Amino acid sequence: MSERSHPYTEFHPRWYRERVSTYWWMGSWRYLKFILRELSSVAVAWSVGMTLFLLRALLRGPEAYARFAHRMQSPGLIVLNLIAFCFLLLHTITWFNLAPRAMPVRVGGKRVPEFLVAAPNYVLWIVASAVVGWFILRSS
Amino acid sequence: MADKIVLEIARYAPERDEQPSFQTFEVPFHKEWVVLDALNHVKDKVDGTLTYRWSCRMGICGSCGMMVNGEPKLTCATFLSSYGSGTKVRVEPLRYFPVVRDLVTALSDFLVKLQKVKPWLIRKEEPPLSAGEFLQTPEQLDLYKQFSMCINCTLCYAACPVVGLEPTFVGPAALALAQRYNLDNRDQGAAERLGLLAHPDGIWGCTFVGECTRVCPKHVDPAGAIQQYKLKAALEWVKSFVLPRGHDDAAKKEAA
Repeated sequence: MSERSHPYTEFHPRWYRERVSTYWWMGSWRYLKFILRELSSVAVAWSVGMTLFLLRALLRGPEAYARFAHRMQSPGLIVLNLIAFCFLLLHTITWFNLAPRAMPVRVGGKRVPEFLVAAPNYVLWIVASAVVGWFILRSS
Repeated sequence: MADKIVLEIARYAPERDEQPSFQTFEVPFHKEWVVLDALNHVKDKVDGTLTYRWSCRMGICGSCGMMVNGEPKLTCATFLSSYGSGTKVRVEPLRYFPVVRDLVTALSDFLVKLQKVKPWLIRKEEPPLSAGEFLQTPEQLDLYKQFSMCINCTLCYAACPVVGLEPTFVGPAALALAQRYNLDNRDQGAAERLGLLAHPDGIWGCTFVGECTRVCPKHVDPAGAIQQYKLKAALEWVKSFVLPRGHDDAAKKEAA
């Protein structure tokens, strides 16, 4: 008898295994959001790189800083930095929201509600942004 | 005439088919019916060869997990009314599992993984019976209770893309159960489980998609369990650098 007419035995059934598509993350908004969140780390790396270049320019003196500032005003870099900024926001918000899941805080044996664990992150973020904003606006 | 609902059911007969195909059935729409009732109707009245698992019909046994309109669901807890009369409801076997027949998936791989994490109380030494029972405070119970509610329905595996992409990944339910025993103050097996859990196929395989927690019908939060364990494993790793000797002593003391 051919193998086709007996594709499986009682103890070794021929199972059907579906191959996972390369584009599995496009099937649902939740998966897409996850991929965007993971992708946002590239934007974080980009921003760290930009900050380091800024610091190097500052250390090299006013001329180097002016050159850096001029380069940053090119339309391409502005668009790139705007995209990076959006990804940074996504990165920050998603990770702040995930923090309470990774760190269940207990007070008096009871678990503190998730929003109370996430809230200090947001408060610190806003305070830090306000301080930096004040510092920049004051000097300009 | 009673309202109807259309079921598109994945059919696969290993002795005949190369791959699954869909068969459409029209079933009566009753607002108190769940998807499992509709499947039972098909099996009883239309086609007795339809194959699927079910048992308790009350969200306890974890047998009737299937993909309903692309979402992993317990079919005994998914009402037809949430899709509405006259609509199409697509029922498929749980994603990422090999299909044995129709809606039945092979669970052997999951069961091997489950056993690997040693989901039972491990004691270094058993106190004599005369010492009495192990007493736990409500706070001690509360630490692990959520993770102990798992019914092994494997919906979380069907929701986790890492399970599909990395077949060696231990997976959400097994990792959450390991954490359930790690957090139990009667258990002394955390060090034994560490090797398998703090591993690329264990917690570090998880990319925190978070879908396992969303689809869990028992609110176990496997994603939370894994992230909490990641934090603990990372701290242990840092401690082993900062306090190499003290850390070993502390670990030994904890294991003893």
